[in-house]
Amino acid sequence: MREIHIDEIISAVEKLCIDANIILPDDVKREINKYYETESSPLGKEVLKDIIKNYKIAEEKNIPICQDTGFAVFFVKLGQDLKIVGGNLTDAINEGVRRGYKNGYLRKSIVNDPLIHRKNTGDNTPAIVHYEIVPGDKLQITFAPKGGGSENMSALRMLKPADGVEGVKKFVLETVDKAGSNPCPPIIIGVGIGGTIEVATLIAKKALLRPIGQPHPQPEIAELEKELLNEVNKLGIGPQGFGGTTTALAVHIETFPAHIASLPVAINIQCHVARHKEIEL
Amino acid sequence: MIKSIKTPLTPEIIDDLKAGDKVLITGIIYSARDAAHKRLFEMIQKGEELPVDLKGQIIYYAGPCPAKPGTVIGSAGPTTSGRMDPYTPLLIEKGLKGMIGKGLRSKEVVDAIITHKAVYFAAIGGAGALLADTIKKAEVVAFPELGPEAIYEFHVEDFPAIVVIDKDGNDLYKIGKENYRKI
Repeated sequence: MREIHIDEIISAVEKLCIDANIILPDDVKREINKYYETESSPLGKEVLKDIIKNYKIAEEKNIPICQDTGFAVFFVKLGQDLKIVGGNLTDAINEGVRRGYKNGYLRKSIVNDPLIHRKNTGDNTPAIVHYEIVPGDKLQITFAPKGGGSENMSALRMLKPADGVEGVKKFVLETVDKAGSNPCPPIIIGVGIGGTIEVATLIAKKALLRPIGQPHPQPEIAELEKELLNEVNKLGIGPQGFGGTTTALAVHIETFPAHIASLPVAINIQCHVARHKEIEL
Repeated sequence: MIKSIKTPLTPEIIDDLKAGDKVLITGIIYSARDAAHKRLFEMIQKGEELPVDLKGQIIYYAGPCPAKPGTVIGSAGPTTSGRMDPYTPLLIEKGLKGMIGKGLRSKEVVDAIITHKAVYFAAIGGAGALLADTIKKAEVVAFPELGPEAIYEFHVEDFPAIVVIDKDGNDLYKIGKENYRKI
């Protein structure tokens, strides 16, 4: 059985935390530049220009693109034939976060208890780790720091099966319209349809990781993604909510089988600083 | 047209600002976000003296990244202003004249802005690296134990912002959206 030592995982996670917060993925950059060309509002265009300038400064100066370096969210695929040695995998990921946020001069944004004390943990832990056991002997780690401003504008609704496609569309448009300028548009909209409440929200977040421009494999869903993006961009919110034709860069839908009684729909909103990075060990 | 303004804000400066104006701010601004607002609010309620004199000043809703060695401050963009809404009318009543953040404000905040002739600016959310470039000096002046939520005094030069709500209550978020809405 292949073995991997936790020290290797800790270093990899540390680097992932730093790199993902400084360098925006190419697909996101490409989309922002594309919408800069088509934006109708002069002020909106200027905003997009500043957003482009911002990610360039971040790379040149090696500093975070956004000060909200997020909750450290991980999607981990653990090969069932891989043995972790030297310690516990979750502890290793948390140690990587601790080092990454310290050595990368990233903001620590986590409080120890949500309601009563709200004291900063000081090292951005705990991380949120979603595990999946897969065949093989590899460890795949995807890091997706999630900022609070956009996360706060997310929503879940338990629709009725009779609400159908129209119900989903209405819910997405309402949620984006209500969020307005708050989540730092242009946004990426992750929609999770089906499963139970926790699955719907989880796949909505996973939808944010899909490269922009890659449609859902099911043609009807891909069509719905296109249609929703078009509709959302007619809301008028525009870059930063100052008015314009670029409210969202993409709508990504993920689906999962549902109970005969249910149609859960979750919306996870992501700002234009759509950071994520993946590594395979 | 871009207007260059200096802090502290005077009634003349505020009079001249209209929703949709672009401004470059130079002078001192104070950072304060959720936890710092809660504390300021409670201090006012208890009749205690505030660690910062807010008269004519601007609060920037921001929690910056730590500074790398040899730099003034880390990435420092705005956070969502709406979370500060419960505390803001009282701060405006106590003399606060300007706020920089991003996103929508409550009716109570807009009313306080109109009554006390204040102004709400937006900075570009997510553009923390760009905005940090305009911060020439940064010093924690209150609540250091709050970490990123401490109150910083920032000396800014040509900090770019947009007037979203002017002293008459005109709101760029509403006007801008109406102009481009096709649904």
